[in-house]
Amino acid sequence: MTDLLHRILPTVQKPARYTGGEFNEIKKDLKDVRVRVAFCFPDTYEIGMSNLGMRILYGVMNQMDGVWCERVFAPWGDMQKAMEDNHLPLWALESQHCVKDFDMIAFTIGYEMCYANILNMLRLSGVPMHSKDRQGLKNIVFAGGVCAYNPEPLADYIDFFSLGEGEEITVQIVSLYDRAKAENWSKDVFLHEVAKIPGVYVPSFYRHEYNDDGTLSAIVPLEGTPKTVTKRIIEDLDSAYWPTKMIVPSTEIVHDRANLEVFRGCIRGCRFCQAGFSCRPVRRKSADVLYRQAVETLEDSGNNEITLSSLSTSDYRQLRELTDAMIPYCEAHRVNLSVPSLRADNFSRELMQKLQTVRKSGLTFAPEAGTQRLRDVINKNLTEEEILTTCTNAFSGGWNNVKLYFMLGLPTETDEDVLGIAELVYKIIKCWQEHAQNKKRGLRIHVATAYFVPKPHTPFQWEKQISPAEYLRRCKLLKSHFYSKSITYDYHAPDLSRLEAIFARGDRRLGAVIEEAVKNGAKLDGWDEYFNYGIWFDALKTCGIDADFYTVRGYGEEEILPWDTIDVGISKCFLLKERRQAYNGKITPDCREGCAGCGANCLLQEVKCDA
Amino acid sequence: MPRALFQKTGDAVYMSHLDLMRVFQRAFKRAGLHLTHTQGYNPRPSVSIALPLSLGVQSRCELLDFDLEGCDASCEEIAGKLNNALVSGVRVLEVYQDGRKIRDLALLDCTITLEYDSGVPEDACCRLAGLFSAPALIVEKKGKNGIVEQDIIPMIRRLTVNQVDGNTCALDARICCQNPTLNPAQIVAAIERYLPDLKPDFAFICRNEIYDGNETIFR
Repeated sequence: MTDLLHRILPTVQKPARYTGGEFNEIKKDLKDVRVRVAFCFPDTYEIGMSNLGMRILYGVMNQMDGVWCERVFAPWGDMQKAMEDNHLPLWALESQHCVKDFDMIAFTIGYEMCYANILNMLRLSGVPMHSKDRQGLKNIVFAGGVCAYNPEPLADYIDFFSLGEGEEITVQIVSLYDRAKAENWSKDVFLHEVAKIPGVYVPSFYRHEYNDDGTLSAIVPLEGTPKTVTKRIIEDLDSAYWPTKMIVPSTEIVHDRANLEVFRGCIRGCRFCQAGFSCRPVRRKSADVLYRQAVETLEDSGNNEITLSSLSTSDYRQLRELTDAMIPYCEAHRVNLSVPSLRADNFSRELMQKLQTVRKSGLTFAPEAGTQRLRDVINKNLTEEEILTTCTNAFSGGWNNVKLYFMLGLPTETDEDVLGIAELVYKIIKCWQEHAQNKKRGLRIHVATAYFVPKPHTPFQWEKQISPAEYLRRCKLLKSHFYSKSITYDYHAPDLSRLEAIFARGDRRLGAVIEEAVKNGAKLDGWDEYFNYGIWFDALKTCGIDADFYTVRGYGEEEILPWDTIDVGISKCFLLKERRQAYNGKITPDCREGCAGCGANCLLQEVKCDA
Repeated sequence: MPRALFQKTGDAVYMSHLDLMRVFQRAFKRAGLHLTHTQGYNPRPSVSIALPLSLGVQSRCELLDFDLEGCDASCEEIAGKLNNALVSGVRVLEVYQDGRKIRDLALLDCTITLEYDSGVPEDACCRLAGLFSAPALIVEKKGKNGIVEQDIIPMIRRLTVNQVDGNTCALDARICCQNPTLNPAQIVAAIERYLPDLKPDFAFICRNEIYDGNETIFR
């Protein structure tokens, strides 16, 4: 007789995402395994399998003797319903064993709006959500990823956080667990020991105290733990672990291609960007190592596309050497080389021409703000002239598609800045009329605006988020200035970004909100099919949380911030200086023109910052 | 143009037709076998699968046509290389040259397994066999223009019913698989419509063999 799962699989959408069995999946013999890790990605298979960090750490853990790391993803709604109807607990793909049978349960968290998925996945696994309700060493839950840079909303649920890049620290954590299990330690002993690993933050070892106005009055380290915990980084990327034997999904995923990370960190310093600051310092990877890894990855996976990823690939110093080597290889092997996030400089234009021989993709800009004044405020070093020059070249080269991304609600933004977006768009249309090679096809300009979300560890971490009503007013104002049929304008609904803002700078009191929302069915909030603001609105109300406190209020510069315990290497004094520069409309040149003194170079011991 | 006979079993049955095409394209690349590409704006590797298989259906008789760029490997070598590069559940049984024209493919043998959790109902085999010996059997079919009624009897060449064990019945059928096509799931739909008390708790389908119009094995 067919078992329950195999009866359910034909009834759900895209069942291949629940079976595992892909090429390069790692299976181990349980008799050789001492530590089993369920590596959970709090979103669907298609999103999780596109995540490079997860692929790296999957390889890192499975390289360890006696350790078997398996993958777990959030089920889609139809599968979740079938699981609940049939009392089928969440399982890991490789062994198909229940998550609750695993020693360690790890999460990688890249987005605030997947917090509900984390608790929902624990619930579906039958693992107690609260850290304090999980006693003993079994089911230790830990988490990493960029959201760990303000982990407080999850403090009650996650036993400890691993901060920063995981290649080395994960090995230390899992090895310690191996020892703890062999020596039969208590959970408390393990947490005390794991807290000694640099980069590990155990939230239960810190007490958060509040003032009457709701702001933090103190963060008290308990049990001799340090006042701050500093994130980990890999200094030498050339010798760092890189998985060339990556799992090749048998079903389509979001980024269905090989992915090669060319360097880490960012020299730009856009003041709204969390990654730009929290991923510093800049560390290089050499072109010859990258070329070798690219070829190995492509030959092993059989992918027909490879992407060179980083926060700003144009800033990779050896981009010319790397692409000069890769283009002939890719042409000979019919591989599409994709180089996203190119800046509009001369070399990039030349490179675009070369890449065009493989395939012609669209043209995308992220000016983020409509006027030069506001772009200076946010330190987005992209001028109107650069945009128009690139458009001129592209239009005369046959391109007819432009995408433009902006944010609304940036600090100091006025209606003039909002309308500046429309002006810029009309200049692009005019440019097309003058330079288009073939006007018959028409021009398509896609404009999208996002609702600015202030993020921790950025110069804008203290900023107000404008109210949803004001955001919508600005969207409508902009929309009323788009007359041309060539323009498609999309603006995000404000609800999701408001929640994102609440949780991004949230404190421990928000944990109850996530739990309440999950209890009422919140899941897959990143998906329009499932996002339900009503559930969150009610949960905030039930828990007595004032959303405005975390959004439109803005945070005082003297205030203790929930994420003050976390040190990403950027000094608060630098962030404050940058905030002043922003208000003065002054740009800070990129790190290559001169070090601005962010402090991240202090994280390096063996090498220098490669900005 | 070479052709591969392959099977799709185990958890590989949950891969869709398009997924399987991608899996093969990558397997060829991993195997170091270079597929020729279609001409046009967006060149695609030339692989095609004769009869797309529905999700969840097992098969031992799938055909894949492909074309290689300047390849001097023998058919056996190609099959071996592909199998080393494929995922579990998808297995090439044979590679050969000069396959017959796909348009001559007409019939298909399949087994439909019906599972009854509380035991196979009495007389089930007899009643099932009786149902399919009726002169006509109208089943609803979802087409491009909405739901249409379709008589499936002319598309069933023969059908036998056997009880496998206390909980399982197997229907072995030879049916039309091209011009016209009968989806074996329609046979299960007929049972659900006309013998609702014999509706199985679970049914699964396996393609066993393919034939031309004269019932000669098709390759």
